[in-house]
Amino acid sequence: MITLTIDGKQIEVAEGTTVLEASRQLGIDVPTLCHDDRLKPFGACRLCIVEISGMAKPVTSCTTPAANGMVVKTNSEKLYRLRKTTVELLLSDHPNDCMVCTSSGDCALQELAYLYGIRENRFTGAMREHNRVDHNPFITRDQNKCVMCGLCVRVCEEVQGVGAIGYAERGFEAKVIPPFGKDLDCEFCGQCVAVCPTGALTGRLWAGKPRLEGVKFTDTTCTYCGCGCNITLRTHGDQVIRVDSDPKNHNRGWLCVKGRFGYEFINSGDRLTHPLIRREKGGQFEKASWDEALDYVAKKLTDIKAENGPDALAGLCSARCSNEENYLFQKMFRAGLGTNNIDHCARY
Amino acid sequence: MSGEIVVNVCMGTGGIAAGGDLVMEEFSKQFEAAGIQNATVKEKCRLHKVGCRGFCARDVLVDITVDGEVSTYQYIQPEMVSRLIQDHVIGAKPVKEWLVGDDYHTFHDNQTKIVLGDLGKIDPESIDEYLQVDGYKAAEKALTTMTPAQVIQTVKDSMLRGRGGGGFPTGIKWGFCAANKSDQYYIICNADEGDPGAFMDRSVVEGNPHAVIEGMIIGAYAIGASIGYVYIRAEYPLAVDRLHLALKAAKERGYLGEKLFGTDFNFKIKVKLGAGAFVCGEETALIASIEGERGMPRAKPPFPANKGLWGKPTIINNVETLANLPHILNKGAAWYASIGSEKSKGTKVIALTGKIRNTGLIEIPMGMPLKEIIFNIGGGIEGDKLFKAVQTGGPSGGCIPQQHIDLPVDYEGLASVGSMMGSGGMVVLDETDCMVNISKFFLEFTQSESCGKCVPCRIGTKRLLEILTRITEGDGKEGDIELLLELAEDVRDSSLCGLGMSAPNPVISTIKYFRHEYEAHIKNKKCPAKVCNKLLTFFIREDMCVGCGMCAKACPVNAIAGEKKLAHKIDNHLCIQCGSCFDACKFSAVLKE
Repeated sequence: MITLTIDGKQIEVAEGTTVLEASRQLGIDVPTLCHDDRLKPFGACRLCIVEISGMAKPVTSCTTPAANGMVVKTNSEKLYRLRKTTVELLLSDHPNDCMVCTSSGDCALQELAYLYGIRENRFTGAMREHNRVDHNPFITRDQNKCVMCGLCVRVCEEVQGVGAIGYAERGFEAKVIPPFGKDLDCEFCGQCVAVCPTGALTGRLWAGKPRLEGVKFTDTTCTYCGCGCNITLRTHGDQVIRVDSDPKNHNRGWLCVKGRFGYEFINSGDRLTHPLIRREKGGQFEKASWDEALDYVAKKLTDIKAENGPDALAGLCSARCSNEENYLFQKMFRAGLGTNNIDHCARY
Repeated sequence: MSGEIVVNVCMGTGGIAAGGDLVMEEFSKQFEAAGIQNATVKEKCRLHKVGCRGFCARDVLVDITVDGEVSTYQYIQPEMVSRLIQDHVIGAKPVKEWLVGDDYHTFHDNQTKIVLGDLGKIDPESIDEYLQVDGYKAAEKALTTMTPAQVIQTVKDSMLRGRGGGGFPTGIKWGFCAANKSDQYYIICNADEGDPGAFMDRSVVEGNPHAVIEGMIIGAYAIGASIGYVYIRAEYPLAVDRLHLALKAAKERGYLGEKLFGTDFNFKIKVKLGAGAFVCGEETALIASIEGERGMPRAKPPFPANKGLWGKPTIINNVETLANLPHILNKGAAWYASIGSEKSKGTKVIALTGKIRNTGLIEIPMGMPLKEIIFNIGGGIEGDKLFKAVQTGGPSGGCIPQQHIDLPVDYEGLASVGSMMGSGGMVVLDETDCMVNISKFFLEFTQSESCGKCVPCRIGTKRLLEILTRITEGDGKEGDIELLLELAEDVRDSSLCGLGMSAPNPVISTIKYFRHEYEAHIKNKKCPAKVCNKLLTFFIREDMCVGCGMCAKACPVNAIAGEKKLAHKIDNHLCIQCGSCFDACKFSAVLKE
């Protein structure tokens, strides 16, 4: 174990803990923009800088491993000045359009601007002008809002193992793009959207939907597959308007394209909300009650079994059901109906 | 050998650019021809290409040695070759009017050459010539008679410090690396020299590539690396070619490969070409580039000595550092430590450029006063103008003014006045240089070479450049100097790597020593050095103007009018101060004020 002092408070941490993690364990809030506990430290935003005794210059706490006897200061006049300059610089190259930005209220940069009270900016000058519109159904890229924190690039590389985006150009013109600046052409898992601290990456489906006003957050489980990822539905009225996932969940906040963007079926007019029965070959579907429908299915199953034996029946179940539901389903077929003709898209 | 005649032709990049290869060809052609009539000439003459001689301004430099007597010629072109052969080689009478003058000797005699010692003497493409100057003796000595720890101790004792800019003691760095337990270690030669105007490493690789390879063998043995990389810029084609030739020759002779010098030590070297990003000279970015990633620095620690290439302990040494090693091993640490100043030992190769008479590549003992470099070796300011400042350390260095002219040039000396050694660039500035403009020039470079990873460097340098630009264009505002200083300090203190940390140096140092020039631009809207066109008024002196009309032709906005053969006039309401007329006038009739 390592003992170090942060802002006058002593703390013991495990070897390999960074100064940032140690500070957070003490409940000290160090601002960050490019940091995510789930990804490797990057050290690009320079907001988490701290002063460490014996070091000539402030260092980024996210990349500095804690060492025995270290004396750390997370706040000082100098650090405040440096952090404020960094935020001002970021804002000097960022569209001032929070009013109409999808990420307003959910934006780390907006929060920093508020915390550092930046109304006037000492630095004004050229701003990047990316006019390219990316044609894809899921992700809206607004590169003018990119703060180059690299979270999207890293999540794509480190978590998804895909590497669909990377850095290009140098200096002020540096940017994050898909290969050769073409349209995004990936599986659209949207992990990049989830980690983006600003409005540079947003869900295409989110546009024009309520941001926070009147929005309800409901924790639930994704029904797409047996993984059972925890998700949070954002609803407004009776509409699901966005799907999030909390990084503290068992799925660490990671979702796939279906869980994240495939929620339109919930409010779809085509969705089945009650059973339908086609009573004769070639006939129309007719609305039925659940009792009626279940009786109908039970009768049909027993009739077939009586006439042709249990192996004339087969059951196909879904990965979208829970483990327990799948268990019951195969039990019903094997023990109830007496056949082993049972399968599932992920196999029993 | 008595009676031997040796002709050395400079075939460094500077020499070739001035026509060295044509001179070389002419010599060999004429030797062939002369050989028919005069057999002794053909037999006795040895034509010889050599690396950079240092005094690039006088290229093509040719040495003709007859009976041990060396005569050096300057500005030699192919058509001059026949007379050199007739008069000097055959007639034994040097062609006096083409010989170098006293300034050539002052240029060389005031230098101390260790790294550059064999440059200009040996053929860089011949391993035999390197062996003749005790080549690979030091490596053999290290591998066969010393333990790795002894090699590290020797380098520590020599007090050699990294020549790439950081100035970290080489032996200590090696010690850190060797202290790690690992199944693999790497040594990397950093030949990604990127400072504008710097050609130290380029010349060393071009002129004596085997010395660099030998340095790498010694370093590899000291830390236990079996694989080495040379990271060299693709923009240095000659250096790359000669390096490949040298590696091939060294491998053929058994200096690289398996069981070197009969020991169990194996070592091979791979070459990685850099694609021209300045930031790849930064060691963590360089490592990322070798690994196939985008060249972007990462935070340290972990230092490469602990976790470097592919996560293994790695030493990265600059070309010049490595080229010093054979000499240290051969002549001993005490000898090396006897050269130089108290904390900076040995010599430093410097690319001397700018408004100076003798531009070129020089090597000085650490601690030599600036004044001696500029006025003895450099021969003073071109055109006898007034010395204003010297910019050291490349684009990230600082400007040192007249008042510090006695400053000793070593790591501490340069740092004490807000500049740095860097890789050894030295740009001399005279009274006609505008310091605001100089600072803008260097920032343009660092700004565009920023990798874009960290905020202060990516956006901070851009904003600094914008403020400097508006000052030079007459749009400077009250408070701009203070804003520049504040931002410069913040960029310096919060950037991720050396590029951002040092990029504001030109701004900070020029404001420190030349604040009045900034104030003149902002408050009086004047450029004292008459460089910033937007702050100048252009006019034509009637008594000087011959009415040739060249200025009117050059003017892009038709602001100049006048009858043929009569004095012309500039309409200052139309003039956009582009300076085209000034450049076009052959009679110095266009003035700016």
